[in-house]
Amino acid sequence: MSIIARTLKGFLLFEIVKGFSLTFKYMFKPKVTINYPFEKGPISPRFRGEHALRRYPNGEERCIACKLCEAVCPALAITIEAEPRDDGSRRTTKYDIDMTKCIYCGLCQEACPVDAIVEGPNFEFATETREELYYDKDKLLENGDRWEAQIAANLKADEKYR
Amino acid sequence: MIELLTPYAIQVAFIVLKILLIIVPLLIGVAYLTYAERKVMAAMQLRQGPNMVGPFGLLQPFADGLKLFSKETILPDMANKPIFVLAPILTFLLSLMAWAVIPFGELFGKTLLLSNINVGILYLFAVSSLGVYGILMAGWASNSRYAFLGGLRSAAQMVSYEVSIGFVMVTVLLTTGSLNLTEIVMAERPFWVSVMLFPMFIVFIISILAETNRTPFDLPEGESELVGGYNVEYSSMTFALFFLGEYANMILMSAITVILFMGGWLPPFGIESVLIDWVPGIVWFGLKICMILFIFLWSRATLPRYRYDQLMRLGWKVFLPFSLVWVVLVAGVLLATDSLPV
Repeated sequence: MSIIARTLKGFLLFEIVKGFSLTFKYMFKPKVTINYPFEKGPISPRFRGEHALRRYPNGEERCIACKLCEAVCPALAITIEAEPRDDGSRRTTKYDIDMTKCIYCGLCQEACPVDAIVEGPNFEFATETREELYYDKDKLLENGDRWEAQIAANLKADEKYR
Repeated sequence: MIELLTPYAIQVAFIVLKILLIIVPLLIGVAYLTYAERKVMAAMQLRQGPNMVGPFGLLQPFADGLKLFSKETILPDMANKPIFVLAPILTFLLSLMAWAVIPFGELFGKTLLLSNINVGILYLFAVSSLGVYGILMAGWASNSRYAFLGGLRSAAQMVSYEVSIGFVMVTVLLTTGSLNLTEIVMAERPFWVSVMLFPMFIVFIISILAETNRTPFDLPEGESELVGGYNVEYSSMTFALFFLGEYANMILMSAITVILFMGGWLPPFGIESVLIDWVPGIVWFGLKICMILFIFLWSRATLPRYRYDQLMRLGWKVFLPFSLVWVVLVAGVLLATDSLPV
């Protein structure tokens, strides 16, 4: 009996017709593609993207040159030089991040006591040359100014878990 | 001398014009078949498919073509160069040649076709059988292992499935009594004969999938095992010719299916009504071809590839006996009911 049933099923292409009807049904389902440059998927507030150096609301830079981030960086991507400023406060004279070395582990922002260095939500910073990826202090501060609103919102959203 | 030649020149110009009228729409059809393939497959896999070049990505095939033209043609050092170059040209030419006898429709009581020969179906069979030479030559002349294996597989596969295609054609010819394609389309069959032909229709569809090296029988190309089969070593124009030839062959095979089983340019299911009488036959012909082509694309999105021994088993141990029995059966029934066409 089973042999007859199996042969009949084979000759009537039972399973193939079943498969075909499945793919046909799928043809009319909504597509799952996110049309990337025009649409973007949601990202977490904890997303670790491009680095930024933040400022206080009065425009003073937050970084106090404690060099904790430089010390904790497992990829040795951060280089800091510092000396006292004219008004006696301790500030960096050089804050470089080699983005080609960075592994985006987020240890620098965890180490930072004043929330100065953060990894922002931006992940679209591909460049055409390597040199453009050696970020200096100006570039990082500019990033901070550009993304401040979103960075602040993200930090606030994540605050209760820290 | 000039007076003598003028009538011939006009005739030749007329024929060339007719050829262009067939080939240009065909090549555009091929271009949009690749687009349709990508769109249909994408839809079945919940993707979007090409949508960047032009509205809905409609210019994508031309962008692809332009890309292929602008690439370098590579002639491998160890290849047999004349044959290597000849193979894609042959494939492409053969896929176009067959269109000479395909009737497209009827206009003012005249059939639209290039040459109305009485052995049209034999001509089609001969030309499509020659197609294997292009692939075999490519596989051999490339002097590369993958290409060689692809060529061998293709040759064995096409030969196997041509046998059952032949028997299917014989069955159809039994019910029409003519080798002329126009007469095959116009032949009137009783309903029960059409029902008896249905299993042959299925066998034919599966066989043309194998004949054109499409999934689930795309072993000669076998991307996952043979890298690309017989066309591994080809690039640029030579590759484009293979590609065009392959897709033109798909359209050709669909056209043959439509002519043999689906009434060519006549309205579907023999409907005669004032509502659809104004539709020109060529539109029905095109729509029916699109339907068969959709099956090609559909099966590519649905079925996995056959193993080689399964492919051979299906060809020789299932289709061949089945179609053989069916030829005898149909012939016997036709004879017993005295309904053989005269």
